Amino acid sequence: MYELFKDLGAWLVSGDQWGGADGIAQRLAEHLQYSLLATLIAAAIALPVGLLIGHTGRGAFLAINLSSFGRALPTVGLVVLVFLASGLSMWPVYIALVALAVPSIVTNTYAGMTAVDPEVKDAARGQGMRAHQVLFQVELPLALPLIMTGLRLALIQVVATATIAAYVSFGGLGRYVFDGLAQRDLVQVLGGAVLVALVAVVLDLALSGLQRLLFRHRPSTLKSA
Amino acid sequence: MIQFEAVHKRFPNGTTAVHDLSLDMPEGGVTVFVGSSGCGKTTSLRMINRMVDPTSGTIRVGGRNVLEQDAAELRRSIGYVIQQAGLFPHRTVLDNIATVPLLLGWGRKKARAAAGDLLERVGLAPEMGRRYPHQLSGGQQQRVGVARALAADPPVLLMDEPFGAVDPVVRTQLQDELLRLQRELNKTIVFVTHDIDEAVRLGDRIAVFRTGGHLVQCASPAELLARPADDFVADFLGAERGLKLLSLTALVDVKQGAAPDGGPWELVLDGARKPVVWRERGGAGGAEVPVRPLRDTDSLLSALNESIASPSGLVARVDAEGVLTGVSSRSDIHSAAGDAHLRGAGNGATSPDGGAPAPEPSAPTAATPRGSAPDPAAQSPQGLDLPAPADAPADGKSGRGVA
Repeated sequence: MYELFKDLGAWLVSGDQWGGADGIAQRLAEHLQYSLLATLIAAAIALPVGLLIGHTGRGAFLAINLSSFGRALPTVGLVVLVFLASGLSMWPVYIALVALAVPSIVTNTYAGMTAVDPEVKDAARGQGMRAHQVLFQVELPLALPLIMTGLRLALIQVVATATIAAYVSFGGLGRYVFDGLAQRDLVQVLGGAVLVALVAVVLDLALSGLQRLLFRHRPSTLKSA
Repeated sequence: MIQFEAVHKRFPNGTTAVHDLSLDMPEGGVTVFVGSSGCGKTTSLRMINRMVDPTSGTIRVGGRNVLEQDAAELRRSIGYVIQQAGLFPHRTVLDNIATVPLLLGWGRKKARAAAGDLLERVGLAPEMGRRYPHQLSGGQQQRVGVARALAADPPVLLMDEPFGAVDPVVRTQLQDELLRLQRELNKTIVFVTHDIDEAVRLGDRIAVFRTGGHLVQCASPAELLARPADDFVADFLGAERGLKLLSLTALVDVKQGAAPDGGPWELVLDGARKPVVWRERGGAGGAEVPVRPLRDTDSLLSALNESIASPSGLVARVDAEGVLTGVSSRSDIHSAAGDAHLRGAGNGATSPDGGAPAPEPSAPTAATPRGSAPDPAAQSPQGLDLPAPADAPADGKSGRGVA
């Protein structure tokens, strides 16, 4: 066991491992690229849906059930399914990752919108704000802490799951996991897994720090970081 | 200024919130909508700025039908204050106050300057402007709510139970502030409350609503207290209705004389002849009882209270500077209170012909502590002997006793 960790340490810090076309730096960049792009696409779909449901109150059923649907969705199954339909491309990976990210963004956006004090919305309308002004000047800013929490959760989930890109022969940190498994190289499998976990933890800490900074003026009940 | 014409509001679930409401509120002055919950007073208020649209009927503000105006623009032209203030938690106090000016496109600089003026006007320090609403006390938040409603200087101000969520001490302060602001600004204010004391204190007119959205009576506080239209209104006004009426009558006409030289209690004055304390005569160890001197503008109710609290039964009277002008006796205050009551209540029990209660001979309005225009007829003692005017209400109810 001790030997294993020693080898893992050596693997993680060796300069050879980090450089080159299939080095850790390159794999890390690919991994972040897949994750960020998938989360951005998911946000582009999920934010308007969540805002619309939250603002109008219609379709709340969808917002509430989407999160359990998202949890139940077998990501690898989805990748294989789309892979069989579309052939060798990044499509299966992005579709699976986006499908994974959308529910937590929709659900949190909806939750943030419904958490806005009805008295405040009433006051906004009563001061003469139009529907879009209430949405963008009052509801959205007040829901923002929860919306950001949704985006953060989605990104972390996607980072942890983006290893599947390697399952269909693309890059990312999943390469080490799948290659290591194929070559029965336990150090490499562990190394890949540790790196993925590290990226997820660092992103989580950085984003929650950003949230705390952005919403430092909010009363504690509205921060929900 | 604001007219309701046969206004009905029925909600989709079938409940009638407002039933056939016709009401005319002149420009300037405070109209209070009062009634228990579910009586339609808030719905009536919210129909004025189209937060709720009526099912039928017409509402005009400044002569213009509200339903023919753009709802958002209408609301920007009418100040609106709600319970709990409803401030925007993500904006500073200054930006909260600047809301309507910004919506009207004044530009950030001008809007902030106007907001700064308003902040001062409602009695808050300039540095409060940089704070966030949750850093303020409930009373301060409510002041910001009032400032926000006044920021674009609208002629009409709607206030929906604005002081309902603060403690009684702060509520009294806020009511005083509102009366002071109203003296400066003379807006047309519609104020909703379920607290009859607040209504009597603030209202130039009080509209009493009954469950089901019926307007039962709309009258001046003195008129309402003196002659409630029916048992519902009388019950709503409460058992101390007569005392509330005294709170509307000023002390000015009560007889006063020089402070007595004899008697067991001596009124101690300071160098400027301002009353300090009641001291028991007879030696240095005499007991002392605090004195609360009253001015001419104070109410008969405070005088009654002070005459009971004062050990000598005398009330010290002072001028605006606090200098003693004389004292009034318990019996003089009592008889003045009785007269005021009689004037208000229509003297039904002792009408000259001994038969049915006589119609009210004179307007019950007297000089009020808040300094609205006094009615000379009501203040003069001769007012009691005036013959009944031809237009006085002739129904028996108007002459009911107060008991």
